[in-house]
Amino acid sequence: MSGAPGSATTTAAPARDAGATRARPGGRGGRHPRLRRRTALAVLCAVALVVAVVALGLGDYPLSPLEVLRALAGGDGFASTIVLQWRLPRVLAALVLGAALGVSGALFQSLTRNPLGSPDVIGFATGSYTGAIVVIVAGGTSWAATAGGALVGGIATALVVYLLAHRRGVAGLRLIVVGIAVTALLHSVNSWLLLRARTEVALTANFWGSGSLALVGWQQLVPALVALAVLAPLVAAVAPPLRQLELGDDAARAHGTRVEGARLAVVVVGVALTAVVTAVSGPIAFVALAAPQLARRVTRSAGVPLVASAVTAGVLLLVADVVAQRIGTSPVPVGLVTLVLGGGYLLTLLARETRRSR
Amino acid sequence: MTDPTDASGADGADGAFGAGGPARPGADDATGAPGAGGAARPGADGATGASGAPRLSARAAHLAYDRRTVSAGVDVDVRDGSFTVIVGPNACGKSTLLRAFARLLKPRSGAVLLDGQDLAGLAPKQAARRIGLLPQTSTAPDGITVAELVARGRYPHQGLFRQWTDADRAAVDDALAQTDLVDLADRDVDELSGGQRQRVWVATALAQQTEVLLLDEPTTYLDVAHQYDLLDLFARLHAGGTTVVAVLHDLAQAARYATDLVVMRDGDVVATGAPADVLTEELVERVFDLPCVVVPDPVTGTPLVVPRRR
Repeated sequence: MSGAPGSATTTAAPARDAGATRARPGGRGGRHPRLRRRTALAVLCAVALVVAVVALGLGDYPLSPLEVLRALAGGDGFASTIVLQWRLPRVLAALVLGAALGVSGALFQSLTRNPLGSPDVIGFATGSYTGAIVVIVAGGTSWAATAGGALVGGIATALVVYLLAHRRGVAGLRLIVVGIAVTALLHSVNSWLLLRARTEVALTANFWGSGSLALVGWQQLVPALVALAVLAPLVAAVAPPLRQLELGDDAARAHGTRVEGARLAVVVVGVALTAVVTAVSGPIAFVALAAPQLARRVTRSAGVPLVASAVTAGVLLLVADVVAQRIGTSPVPVGLVTLVLGGGYLLTLLARETRRSR
Repeated sequence: MTDPTDASGADGADGAFGAGGPARPGADDATGAPGAGGAARPGADGATGASGAPRLSARAAHLAYDRRTVSAGVDVDVRDGSFTVIVGPNACGKSTLLRAFARLLKPRSGAVLLDGQDLAGLAPKQAARRIGLLPQTSTAPDGITVAELVARGRYPHQGLFRQWTDADRAAVDDALAQTDLVDLADRDVDELSGGQRQRVWVATALAQQTEVLLLDEPTTYLDVAHQYDLLDLFARLHAGGTTVVAVLHDLAQAARYATDLVVMRDGDVVATGAPADVLTEELVERVFDLPCVVVPDPVTGTPLVVPRRR
């Protein structure tokens, strides 16, 4: 606007031309942003389906995509058993649990207005692990007991972080900083618990703690699906006020948002999503951190998108799980794969954020 | 005032309202006293439509942040249909008063009334359908387009699960047209200039379709031409029937555009009334500690504060 001091009537035309020919990397502002986003989302969904079909065909008894589709439709006996009974729960778990992590990450990143604000960085996953270890050490062996411990641990951690970060409302950065501090504290608690435990108990806890989908069957998946089905409409309900919070507290309030109530609701829903996932699979790092930012770039959405983050995270976790099953001579927990991939991502993210804030 | 479209727009509004309405008693005489007077005053003529009943008022409102009291008990009325500008030195409580009007700050005691009704008794969305605010600071999410941001002003009109209606679309189109943003509707907000971006936030407030529009230092950080573009826009909205309440720093701008001035110091309202009646050398020296002469603005005839050499 340095050239023309006039109003938009004088500047709009040249500005639009510039928009049409602009080649700035990451440049946006096409004529139909909504259509472009829908297309990107449709492509993401298609990718998810393709990856899922391929993943269902992989294994000791390989199946072609066509055979997988036939098996899904209830075709010949043996292939159907393999696909529906053995492989589908795991693939579905990767997609759905990944999606839940993605939404949870998107909620927290949007709430804190910071790409670092994800449930694993803020400490809820670590808290879930603490809860699970306590249960395992105390002699709880069933899957339900461990899951329950994880659920309670995650929610309790969230409560502590929220209360510690609360000073005339919860601000984004304070939530992250308090969360990181609590995570560090919980890590040492976890180590202490494992060191005191008997070796085989520590091994069980350790395996659970690295996050794996290897032991997920229909029996574990169904309760999680039910829980997520209950949470889905709640996500839809907190989305509009969340979009208002993005505008800043004053604008949100001026538009009639109950800012503190909306923020608490977003935190509760986000924590519940992470807690359900952690209860089923153990803590899976970085999916919630990376997927929303990836989705935002792919769809070029306004703010952090919820649906696109869900699909992206589902694909990410599924791919990571496929890699985890095939990476070495014996399968490794998927949590380790996401840890390695996500760790690299976190480093670049931190490097970029610090460069920007300088 | 460099842009011909805007100037003509303001003139048009003036003409339409100035011609039909009765003269404002006293105002012209008072302006005439120091000198010229009688020239066109953008926005001021809209006040002719103002009735006597207050739209917004503070009644013994105790305004405070945590332990810091800003106003111990402030009383002030904003007339319906007025363009009220709140002025005063830094930290005098003018933004705080505006925040109380906008429900961003709840009075410790006393009350803020909208049409005689306690604001605290209104549901947030209900209040947001009647009072709009241009906040001092707000953030546009990355990658949001102009039309999308303006559409977020429709929130108070929407139900629990977002529903987009024809009324919403019409309100957004209307807000874009009024702020001259139709051609930029699909552009990214981050790509706009400061002046354009501020107009987008104005449009977002307009999309709320409120009878009252509150403006918290709307011209800060804008160059002088964009400041007047924006003020002319507010004058047009005022002429269209909106009650406008603004916090401004520039006394010349305040005098030009306001129908009513509210002068504050140390959390209290020191003077209220038409700019020509209120803005005297004695008052400016007392409130701002600024020795000055007040001369008529050569363009509009409104009082113009010129500091003395110190």
